[in-house]
Amino acid sequence: MDVAAAKAIGAGIAVIALAGVGIGIGNIFSSLVASVARNPSARDQVFGLGILGFALTEAVALFALLIAFLILFA
Amino acid sequence: MAATEPSIDALGQFRLATGFGPLGHSVNFTNSNEIMVAGSAVVLALLYFGMRPRAVIPGRLQSLAEMSYEFLYSMCVDQIGPEGRKFFPFIFTLFFFILMGNLIGLFPYFFTYTSHIAVTAALSVMVIVIVTVVALSIHKWHFFTYFFPPGAPKLLAPLIVPVEVISYLSRPVSLSIRLFANMVAGHVMFEVFASFMFMLVAGLGAFGYIAALGPLAINVILIGFELLVAFLQAYVFAILTCIYLHDAVHLH
Repeated sequence: MDVAAAKAIGAGIAVIALAGVGIGIGNIFSSLVASVARNPSARDQVFGLGILGFALTEAVALFALLIAFLILFA
Repeated sequence: MAATEPSIDALGQFRLATGFGPLGHSVNFTNSNEIMVAGSAVVLALLYFGMRPRAVIPGRLQSLAEMSYEFLYSMCVDQIGPEGRKFFPFIFTLFFFILMGNLIGLFPYFFTYTSHIAVTAALSVMVIVIVTVVALSIHKWHFFTYFFPPGAPKLLAPLIVPVEVISYLSRPVSLSIRLFANMVAGHVMFEVFASFMFMLVAGLGAFGYIAALGPLAINVILIGFELLVAFLQAYVFAILTCIYLHDAVHLH
């Protein structure tokens, strides 16, 4: 197989991880909406936690993206 | 692909260069260090000029300085407890050093020092060493019970202890790679979409200028997103340091 083609395929496979991250971030925000709807007075505390969870989950997406970039450009 | 055709040089923006002529060259003072000094100077100037009026009703700059102080102070006390006041200067410095690296890096032609794993790894190793020293100085040898939660069956010790030790030692790794990966991925995306503009113009000619508005619009949106990420990553780094310090002060 051509090396350039293999690189493109590899980068494509590397970002499959984003599917899981999408599910994870969706989960975080659905729980955030549900908990704020149940107890609106807890909004300030819960929002910070939600954003923290978002940032930690998004980091996983960026690990995958970084691997894809390394395969493509490095 | 011909040599004259524009190509994507995604990682070239992270290359180091020495600054300040031959003097900087002799001591390896790089553009990364220049931005570090500049970022620290910006924070010092913000706090000095912000707090100089000492007005009862704060102006814009004083509000910014007071808000950032209160934001980080409440984060320390909420996360660590009353003992958190001792660590507030450390968390404040850490947060603003990372925030300035992320924000200054968003300006064109400015270097992002948090995009180098050497910088983020040094910061996170410093955090973990400080956390361990704090835990050892407070709890002495009792600190090592941290790796075996109380109440767990003794039979599981050979399984639990290695897992806890590995999770403790993987903290600096995840802390440094998270910040580094966020910054690199964001800046590579800028570079990739900016390269698309040149490729469209080179490939399509006059029509390419209209088509290039697409990647430009994406880059404008990305800048907004990266502003959020720049703040969020500094916040996450600081709050995780607080959580680790809480573990060090209270054990479990």
